[in-house]
Amino acid sequence: MSKKVLVLGEAREGALRNVSFEAIGAAKQVADGGEVVGVLIGDSVQDLAQEMVQHGADRVVTVEHPHLKTYTSDGFGQAFMAVVDQESPEGIVFAHTANGKDLAPKIASKLQSGLISDVTAIEGEGDDATFIRPIYSGKAFEKVRVKEGLLFFTIRPNNIEAPAKEEGRSGDISSLSVDITNLRTIIEDVVRKSTDGVDLSEAKVIVAGGRGVKSAEGFEPLQELADLLGGAVGASRGACDADYVDYSLQIGQTGKVVTPDLYIAAGISGAIQHLAGMSNSKVIVAINKDPEANIFKVADYGIVGDLFEVVPMLTEEFRKMM
Amino acid sequence: MNIYVLIKRTFDTEEKIAVSNGKIQEDGAEFIINPYDEYAIEEAIQVRDEHGGEVTVVTMGEEEAEKQLRTALAMGADKAVLINTEDDLEELDQFTVASVLAEYLKDKEADLILAGNVAIDGGSGQVGPRVAERLGINCVTTITDLKIDGSDVTIVRDMEGDSETIKTSLPLLVTAQQGLNEPRYPSLPGIMKAKKKPLEELELDDLDIEEDDVEAKVETVEVYLPPKKEAGRILEGDLSDQVSELASLLRNEAKVI
Repeated sequence: MSKKVLVLGEAREGALRNVSFEAIGAAKQVADGGEVVGVLIGDSVQDLAQEMVQHGADRVVTVEHPHLKTYTSDGFGQAFMAVVDQESPEGIVFAHTANGKDLAPKIASKLQSGLISDVTAIEGEGDDATFIRPIYSGKAFEKVRVKEGLLFFTIRPNNIEAPAKEEGRSGDISSLSVDITNLRTIIEDVVRKSTDGVDLSEAKVIVAGGRGVKSAEGFEPLQELADLLGGAVGASRGACDADYVDYSLQIGQTGKVVTPDLYIAAGISGAIQHLAGMSNSKVIVAINKDPEANIFKVADYGIVGDLFEVVPMLTEEFRKMM
Repeated sequence: MNIYVLIKRTFDTEEKIAVSNGKIQEDGAEFIINPYDEYAIEEAIQVRDEHGGEVTVVTMGEEEAEKQLRTALAMGADKAVLINTEDDLEELDQFTVASVLAEYLKDKEADLILAGNVAIDGGSGQVGPRVAERLGINCVTTITDLKIDGSDVTIVRDMEGDSETIKTSLPLLVTAQQGLNEPRYPSLPGIMKAKKKPLEELELDDLDIEEDDVEAKVETVEVYLPPKKEAGRILEGDLSDQVSELASLLRNEAKVI
């Protein structure tokens, strides 16, 4: 049976995140021919609506209000619930990002519905859809099905394919006026520590360093390689603890969980907590002086050697290729 | 201050994971307090020590979870509650767990409820915010700092590495992120005292809950291990040859460049 599915788009620094388009792809699969409705919430999001349509949304509903400039679960919750009341969807898709993780359970609780978090793949369509998600820090997977009610799930970035952009695609864009009141949590200040440029959780290539990088300056050759490949730099907890880079770059159980096409681990021993954040990457390269390092067990390709020799050589080699 | 901490007994994910009959093998495995819940317990104890009051740790699950509750008591919590659903619920999801916990908490007049931001086994991170929503109280997730002044609360929230400073008020539910504090180990006197601290055991009947009202909305149909990765290739030869080989493999074999 075809279904109407809402997709909450998420913007970062004024642009839609790629995971929002991946969410449209996921929504199309469970909609099974039904309507996919984009939802955009903010103080000024009208300009982003067309992009959701071009990436496959059939139409878009926007909710704009000065109180929605930054994410709060109260504000966004009120706005999203107003859209739910208007649309009566049979499915909802959010991104499994900091805000998506925060908002989705609250909406699910208001709707007394189930919620499948952190989905990395979907099998089947419509009511037959089953959702695959990692458990036990990525050491196992489970397949989950909705028994009754709403198909509500969040997707992990970089795992589900986004529909290709079609410039000529058109769809209705409407705005819904919602009075946002009684915000019980107020954001006073945001300290942005994450770097500009490629978003770590959505990067296709990640060059990550560990304690073996030895210093903040040691990350420079890694950054150079990442820049050349259009990727981002990440780090193990060890490197963050030692203050070589900011915690916003931490990959692992407590940091970000990433699944790029290519993960290059330089000077990372491969503690279980780090593996939990990257072991599902498509291709893993390990560069480490210690041939016994745990990271080699999950690597597709390994070089036993000094990262300060290997990384610049690799950058040179790629530069010749491109 | 009336403080509650929601904890979960989890499989230690540093253990080797094996699957048999569609379930994770638990025999002989080590069980622990979910590490994020330890931050919640520690914070609760610190808040109580500063502002006075009482810390009650609550878990839902099987008889075995008593051990984790005793550990929390040994750390310094005052009371423990086990909502034992072993005989009543076969299948449960996050809706079920949050519904039961909210039903237990609804008349407790909690000022502050703490939980871990995610459990390392199921990894959904839903139960805390769901409970707050059911109770109709304020909620902030993944916090790394908490300051309470009367009923005003200032919180630092971790947002994928960025941090937000948030003002809110009690009653409040927060979920703990790593960095909130350094959980203490139970001391020997703490362990001795914990044996005498009250541990109440409840069943769904005691909470006037009908099983149908908390029936799971989603179900797990299969659990499996990721496909075994073929052993990786450790390249050999001159370092410069290894590097050119790697570049070429990434382009032509793995096709990721």
